[in-house]
Amino acid sequence: MALARRSSNLLKPLSTASSSSFLNRRPFSTDDSTTITIETSVPFTGHNCEPPSRSIDTTPKELMTFFTDMALMRRMEIAADSLYKSKLIRGFCHLYDGQEAVSIGMEAAITKKDCIITAYRDHCIFLGRGGTLLESFAELMGRQAGCSRGKGGSMHFYKKDACFFGGHGIVGAQVPLGCGLAFAQKYRKEDHVTFTMYGDGAANQGQLFEALNMAALWDLPAILVCENNHYGMGTAEWRAAKSPAYYKRGDYVPGLKVDGMDAFAVKQACKFAKEHALKNGPIILEMDTYRYHGHSMSDPGSTYRTRDEISGVRQERDPIERIRKLILAHDIATEKELKDIEKLARKEVDEAIAKAKESPMPDDSELFTNVYRKGYGVESFGADRKEVRATLP
Amino acid sequence: MATNLRRFKRFGSIFINNSTPLRGLSSSSAVLGSVDGQVQQPASGTAKSINLYTAINQALQIALDSDPRSYIFGEDVGFGGVFRCTTGLAEQFGKHRVFNTPLCEQGIVGFGIGLAAMGNRAIAEIQFADYIFPAFDQIVNEAAKFRYRSGNEFNCGGLTIRTPYGAVGHGGHYHSQSPEAFFCHVPGIKVVIPRSPKEAKGLLLASIREPNPVVFFEPKWLYRLAVEEVPEGDYMLPLSEAEVMREGSDITLVGWGAQLAIMEQACIDAEKEGISCELIDLKTLIPWDKETVEASVRKTGRLLISHEAPVTGGFGAEISASIVERCFLRLEAPVARVCGLDTPFPLVFEPFYMPNKNKILDAIRDTVNY
Repeated sequence: MALARRSSNLLKPLSTASSSSFLNRRPFSTDDSTTITIETSVPFTGHNCEPPSRSIDTTPKELMTFFTDMALMRRMEIAADSLYKSKLIRGFCHLYDGQEAVSIGMEAAITKKDCIITAYRDHCIFLGRGGTLLESFAELMGRQAGCSRGKGGSMHFYKKDACFFGGHGIVGAQVPLGCGLAFAQKYRKEDHVTFTMYGDGAANQGQLFEALNMAALWDLPAILVCENNHYGMGTAEWRAAKSPAYYKRGDYVPGLKVDGMDAFAVKQACKFAKEHALKNGPIILEMDTYRYHGHSMSDPGSTYRTRDEISGVRQERDPIERIRKLILAHDIATEKELKDIEKLARKEVDEAIAKAKESPMPDDSELFTNVYRKGYGVESFGADRKEVRATLP
Repeated sequence: MATNLRRFKRFGSIFINNSTPLRGLSSSSAVLGSVDGQVQQPASGTAKSINLYTAINQALQIALDSDPRSYIFGEDVGFGGVFRCTTGLAEQFGKHRVFNTPLCEQGIVGFGIGLAAMGNRAIAEIQFADYIFPAFDQIVNEAAKFRYRSGNEFNCGGLTIRTPYGAVGHGGHYHSQSPEAFFCHVPGIKVVIPRSPKEAKGLLLASIREPNPVVFFEPKWLYRLAVEEVPEGDYMLPLSEAEVMREGSDITLVGWGAQLAIMEQACIDAEKEGISCELIDLKTLIPWDKETVEASVRKTGRLLISHEAPVTGGFGAEISASIVERCFLRLEAPVARVCGLDTPFPLVFEPFYMPNKNKILDAIRDTVNY
């Protein structure tokens, strides 16, 4: 029973009897609630703020959750890759593998009342917010069971009940929106904050600085999370940014540089940032992370960086491997048990894909819905204004 | 500026006459399975069969080669760009003339305006037309009005903004839009859209050397698909001159860019039913060649316009209004518009949204039998 709790929320929707029995059989050498103190991989670097401590407390339960969730995310993205290649996913598709620790660490520090808004690399953020694999794959394949009812696709995942304001298609455009969310939270005197995520490429968009100024001017509880994966599409950060120290680019806005490949560092930073934002207003978190895939599925990801660089990061900084080592070092689970969790993730993903494939495409009439709100009597026209004509429902 | 521009005349060696029956779409029709066109060879030089992105690449190469004060910049163009249009140019001309910018469209265009104002050829690339909107302010308020509001003291005529537009079959909301109509509402810029490799090369060179800022939309669906014989040398095709691609007597069809391939197929099918269609490639949307369209409609008495952008407020509306003004009494049926639907560009519904051959064919029949 205790072990059933251990299985992460990500697995819930699809966990089957067989999988929970598998988890129940798993013996743990350490008690769930034992406190383990670990140190983040590298110290935080602060800009206009005193960085938080490197040491952080965790539990075996949390370690296992991190591992399970990240393994699932990784598997989902690998599966999305092959679905895209077999043309079951159309549109543009940006994968998150390599960056999982950012989502996982952030979620561990905040609640579902805190808002998250991000750009188009959004599958795993959605999963982290409690979205299901079925909703993800169905959306990716444009099916009714998708989180946006099949109308959004890869770049447009949303989850209102978990305050996930979604995937946005234009580089940097979501950052001012995040300020609006934060203003609403502050106005309603809620103790919640908004995490506005953007990449190192978007960090050079003018909108970001407009948003920063507004956030700082009005002391908004906005946390700007720069996921620095070091490449804005095919351009290395140093080719595009005079100062790639993105955590410092807020000038008057404090910043913190975080190892985004270390889920615990991310967790610590997000906790720190939330407290800071509620008290003092905006802060920038620069997550030093890495994407294994290319920018999108049309980018092989190997023309502007070396294969050695990618495999080097995989070997030395991989977020899942880091947790795996911690689990093994603290003797929380065996190598085989971890392998089994990964196998289970694969199974969950395969089942979700099979289920998603059964979900029908949206009804044809959906083409005309949601352009405007219901009941405004707006007509939508077909090609010649005669043959195809529908009053919007 | 004017003096500088005169210099370019020596490069503009081959102007292809408007009345020449160019079968630019022979390429596209090859794609669509019917090869009935013949490529009209230009007056001199050799021609090679290449695709559209290679034709663009050639044009850019010639532009850089023929004017030392021309520059290409945009997101990832130093590596060849996402559609490979700038492949090899940075190596050939150096990174000081072909360079990557950060991801900042507004900055890219604003920078281009300044560069052009100093008498240079600034060739900016916006990676997808869907991303042009952050730069909308710069194009509308800065570029288009620079000459006017400075009483001709300054201008940014050397600015050309290249951007791929249109559907690709699976691009979804933000990689498929056709925003040309927004720019057609802005006096001071020109909007040019080619339909094939040969057209693309000639029109792009003309746009780059044009003394007014140009927004040049490239049909990304055709980048690899469209292949035709393209003269290897330097040539330009005139802006603001439409071309009658196919002569007919019952109905005039007007379109531009990738849509022409679809329209041509509809014309071929209509022909089998005994309807003779005249197909016009507008090429330049503003300022557009009203005379050619008017002359055609006076002959046929019917007009159909087709574009991928949503029908409401699309450039088809402008053509329709102008032609009704000019030849109201000659029209035998209402002007038909077969366009994208009034919805955001959809992902899974793309086949419904698109103004495809059958929709055009239906509208041709309706209009002819009105």
